[in-house]
Order: sequence, then C-alpha cells, then structure tokens
Amino acid sequence: MQSFIDAYSQVNLHYLLEGLWVTVEVSVTSIVFSFLIGTLLGIARYVNVRFFSAFVGFIIDLIRNLPLLLILFFTYFALPRIGIRLGVIPASIVAMSIFESAMLAEIVRSGINAVPTGQMEAARSNGMSYVQAMLHIILPQAFKAMIPPIVSQFISLVKDTSLATIILLPELTYHAQIIYGQDVNYTIPMFVALAVLYFVVNYALSLGARLINRRLNHA
Amino acid sequence: MLNILTNNFGTLMSGLGYTLLSSLIALVFSLIVGTVFALMEISPAKWVRVIGKTYVEVIRNIPLLVITMGFYVIVPKYLLPVDGFTAGTIGLTIYTSAFIAETVRAGIESVAVGQMEGARSVGLSYAQAMRQIVFPQAIKIVIPPLGNQFINLVKNSSILAFVAGFDLMYQGKIIANATFNTFDTYLVVGLLYLVLTMPMSYLMRHLEKKWVTA
Amino acid sequence: MHKLKLWLTAVALMVVAGVAAGCGASVADQDALAHAKKTDTIVWGVKADTRLFGLMNTKTGKIQGFEIDMANALTKQVLGKAAKATLVQVTSDTRVPMLKGGNLDAVIATMTITPERQKVLDFTDSYFKAGQSLLVKKGSKVHSIKDLTAGTKVIGVQGSNSVDNVKKAAPQTTVLQLADYAQAFTALKSGQGDALSTDNGILYGMSQQDPGYVVVGGTFTKEPYGIALNQGQTNLRKALNKALAQLRANGTYERLINKWFADIPGFDIKEVE
Repeated sequence: MQSFIDAYSQVNLHYLLEGLWVTVEVSVTSIVFSFLIGTLLGIARYVNVRFFSAFVGFIIDLIRNLPLLLILFFTYFALPRIGIRLGVIPASIVAMSIFESAMLAEIVRSGINAVPTGQMEAARSNGMSYVQAMLHIILPQAFKAMIPPIVSQFISLVKDTSLATIILLPELTYHAQIIYGQDVNYTIPMFVALAVLYFVVNYALSLGARLINRRLNHA
Repeated sequence: MLNILTNNFGTLMSGLGYTLLSSLIALVFSLIVGTVFALMEISPAKWVRVIGKTYVEVIRNIPLLVITMGFYVIVPKYLLPVDGFTAGTIGLTIYTSAFIAETVRAGIESVAVGQMEGARSVGLSYAQAMRQIVFPQAIKIVIPPLGNQFINLVKNSSILAFVAGFDLMYQGKIIANATFNTFDTYLVVGLLYLVLTMPMSYLMRHLEKKWVTA
Repeated sequence: MHKLKLWLTAVALMVVAGVAAGCGASVADQDALAHAKKTDTIVWGVKADTRLFGLMNTKTGKIQGFEIDMANALTKQVLGKAAKATLVQVTSDTRVPMLKGGNLDAVIATMTITPERQKVLDFTDSYFKAGQSLLVKKGSKVHSIKDLTAGTKVIGVQGSNSVDNVKKAAPQTTVLQLADYAQAFTALKSGQGDALSTDNGILYGMSQQDPGYVVVGGTFTKEPYGIALNQGQTNLRKALNKALAQLRANGTYERLINKWFADIPGFDIKEVE
C-alpha cells in the first residue's frame, strides 16, 4: 500500500497529467485532421470516378492493412529524408492522421453506401447539382448512421497514441514508464493509473457520443 | 531493399512465423472468450450482464500496450513466469476478446427478438433456442465485422515487439539496428504484413458483397 | 474530366515514388555546423532513461546527467556563450535512424565507437571509456560472463552493441532485447532474465537506484563512447573535437566527471577519462 502512496506523489501525478495533456493534444488534433481527410477520401472512393477512385481505394487499403506502429516509424524516420524535419509531436500527429484517415474513409464510404440511391436521384430530379445533393441530402443522413463507428474509431485513436512511446512521444504511457523506471515499486501503481486515466477519457468520449446520438434522434 | 530480404530471410521468416502463431492462438481464444462474454452481456440474469458489460467496457477503453506490458511486468513478479511471447499473446487475446464480444452481441441482438420468443414457445430451452435458432442467423451478420477484427488482430500482434516476443516487428527492429538501413527494413517488414493482411481484407470484402446481396 | 483523373493519378504516383526513393534534399546532407550557427543551437540526441548519463527528472521535466552537461558545455564552446543545446530524447533503438534521418545534428547517448558503426556514421574523439559488465540480483548464481551458459537469459537493449558482445562472449545464452533501459531494468526485476548486460557506467547507475542489484564480474569489453555524427559532417566533427580538447584543458571535463561519478562505489574514474 505504501508504494501506492509514494507513487502517487504530487510530483508524479503532475508528471502523469502532463503526459495525459500531450495524449489529449495529439488525439484531438489527429481527430480533426483525420475526420476532414477521411471524409474527403471516403467520398473520393464512393463517387466512383474510374481509375482515380480505384487508386484512392488501393492506397486506403494499403494503409488500413499496415500496423500503426510501422506507420509511426516510417513517418518519423522517413520524412527527414525528403527534407522535412518534424518534432516528435507533429510527427505523431501526421502518422496518426494518415492511419486514422484511411480507417475513417472506409466508415464514410460504407455510411454513404447505406443511404438509399433513391435519395440522390430524387435530389437530382429536384434540380440540385451532384455536389449540392451530396452536401445537403446524402452526407447529413450518412453522418447520422456513421456516428457510432466513428466514435469507436476515435476511442481507438486515443488508445493508439500510446504506441507513439516507441518514438518517445512524451504522452501518458511514456511518462508512466519514466516514473516506474525510477523506482520499480511504482510499476503496479502506474499501470493502475494508466488504466484509470485512459478509461476515464474514453468513457467520457463514448458518453458524449451517446448524448449527441440521442439529440440527433430527437431532432 | 532486396538484399535486406535475402540477407535476413531466415530471421524475417521466423518473425513472420511468430506473428502468425501468436495471431492464430489469440484468434481462437479471443473468439471463445469473446463469445462467452457476449452471451453474458445478453444473459437473462442481471448480475451476469453486469459482469459481462464491465469486462467489455473496461478492456475496450484501455490501450493494448498497457494490457500487454501489465502482463509482461506484473504477472511474472507476483504470480508465475511468463515470457514475452506468452504475455504478448495473452494481452492480445484479452484485448481482442472485448471487441469480439461487442461484435457478437450486436449480431445476436440484430436477430429479431420474436425469433427467440417463437423458439421458446414451441418448447425449446434458452440454450437450445440460442444454439439452433439465433446463432446460425447471427453468424452471417457477424462474419464481416469479425473479419475486420481478425485483420486488426494480425496488425496488433506487432505489440509483441515491445516485450521481446520475437515477432516480425521485433525482428525488423533488430535488422534495422544491425544494418543501419531503417527505411528499407521497414519497407520489407511492411510488405510482409501486407502479405498477411491484404488477402484477408479482400476476402472479407468479397464475403460482405456476396452476403449483402444474397 | 478524364485529363483531370490522369493528372491526379500522376501527381499521386510521383509523391509516392518521391517518398520511396527518398529524393529531395535530405536534412542529413546539409552542413550541420553552418545550420547550427544560423539557428544558434545544436540538436543533440540524448538518453532520458539512463541514470548518471541522461535521466528525466519528473519534478522539473528536465533531463540530467553527465552527457547532458557535456552537450551544454560543448554547444557553448562551439557556438558561443549565448547558444543553447536542444535536447531530443533517444533510445539505443532510435538514435541511429534519427541521426541518419536528419532529426538530429549529433548524438551523445552512451554510444560506443565500433568499426561497424564507423561504416555508416562519423565519430568524434572518445569522451568516456566504459566497459561492458553484468548486473544481477544480489545473491544470484551468475558471477561473471562465464556463468551465462545454456538455459540462462540475458536482457539487453535493442540497438546497443552490448547485445552482440554478449552473443560473442556467451554464445549459449538467450538474449532478450527490450526497447530502453527503463524497460530492461524493469524486466530484470520481474525475473524475465538472469542478468542485464550493458556498459558498466549505466549498470552502476541502476545499482545506485536499487541496491538489491549489483554489478559483477568486472568488464569484458572496452567501450569508448564517442559523439556520433552523419558521415561527411567534417566541419561539425572538427569543431566538436576542438571543443572537447578545450574542455579537457580548462578543467571543465574533470569537474563534470567528478560531479557525476566520484561518489559511485566500485567505480574507478581514472579508467574512464
């Protein structure tokens, strides 16, 4: 029990929360980027422009089928080779965004697919352009159905930031490792703290999503 | 790039072997554990439901790395010795089982409630109705998302690299360090992962199309 | 529309090919000294998990250790009093790809000068002479490298040459490679291995942290640490060598060695200078 009291000293808790802040920072930024890029890619794949859509689809499949760990490594070690020197935080954001965009693109594509084709035809016959119909009719319906899978993807994203310890992103898991690296008795308290902190963040995320879902269904 | 592959062929293949082995073991056990927890989540008894729900919610919201490192560091210190491969595979199994439980539960619940009631009213027990009526229908709905979970599982097995589990990623890191040719090494490792996951991914899409139209 | 498709595809392919071929001006090829003078800083790769050399202080969020002090002193000696060292955390696993990739100007991270590394990197003169040894739990049956027979497990760190040294000196033993020293020491304490092997300076740091673990068997290799640079960075290498000689001459080096290593029992500072 003593080891728990020592491990959760003010200094260590502060250090853990600093790590949590980096986790949140990287997660939120990556969520925004991957949401935008993923939506665009998902639409690009859906619209079925011959060659182009197939090409986008191929790249998405490629990324989706690689371990994120590998993509993190690549981004961090390969970008400087083409003249871009990124710090570890931007590099992590780039890697997470690349990976999660591909995952979201698939969710968006199947979400749009689920909207009945009659909707598009009706909108077009009412004089809307393709883009207008997409923006005002198809996407709003599709997004409603997409919310649950998108939220689970975001929860994955928050958890996946822990993999960036491998390129020494100073996030929550890495900070916990530094702390139990200083005193082995802190190992278990740190794992408990990690489990609790990740759980709280992710559970809050899914509760928030449930709330949004309920609002949308009432509206 | 080619010489990375030829010079380290044995090492890479042994890594690929461990990745496959760990994935297969985790696949079988997470399917079993996941289905058990899915059944618990929809059990008629409330306390069983609570246990199932808690397990799934807690595991789903914690990173795989934390679960795996926990097994590697804590279990041998206080309980029994487990090596990196075992710890990694157990972590992978537990983590994946929570996602499989969710998938299976959603599949079962999507089979209309009337089916269960109908089966019960003609005299089948809960277990019989589950096994003979609900399960066969649920499996068809569940297969595509399960396939995606298995692809995730293969990719997630790279977590073994953190705990010296001799998998593909671990061997890749060692080769990268020995040759100082990081870029080409990870390119080769990436291709080897794709050899495993791409066929699965296309098979899943094929099944999905076939069954959605059927 | 058709032209647009072709054009987009061509651009996408070019980007992919460009990344794959690693074309364009790599940061690693630019003159690091000129860049350092322009930005008034040198970007150093340092350890954050290694007591005595580079260890994160969780209270201040700053890394502390002999190599950190050296990096600061060398930066000021090369660029002038106003210059500041930029410290980037590395592990044995990431330091070479990060340096070669151009994320760093120089690496001062317990890195031994070896012939294999000299094929792909340049080194300055040695600034610390370590030797590889073993760390075991007090009362362990392992007393020296000779005791590492078949059935034993030795923990090492990915990317460190100590792993190869163990394989040469004790070919029967199984080597487990972990990502960094914090994880390696945690694994040893969890009983994942019989001994942890790396350079004595690092091991004494661990033993200082937990007296239940001791360094045994003396050193079985010589490990001169050097500052690693990308090949062709001759200007920076010359400047650092000159600065190193100046620090030795003006007593700064002696003071830093004493600050970090004088109080370590069993450690002979005469050996390392």
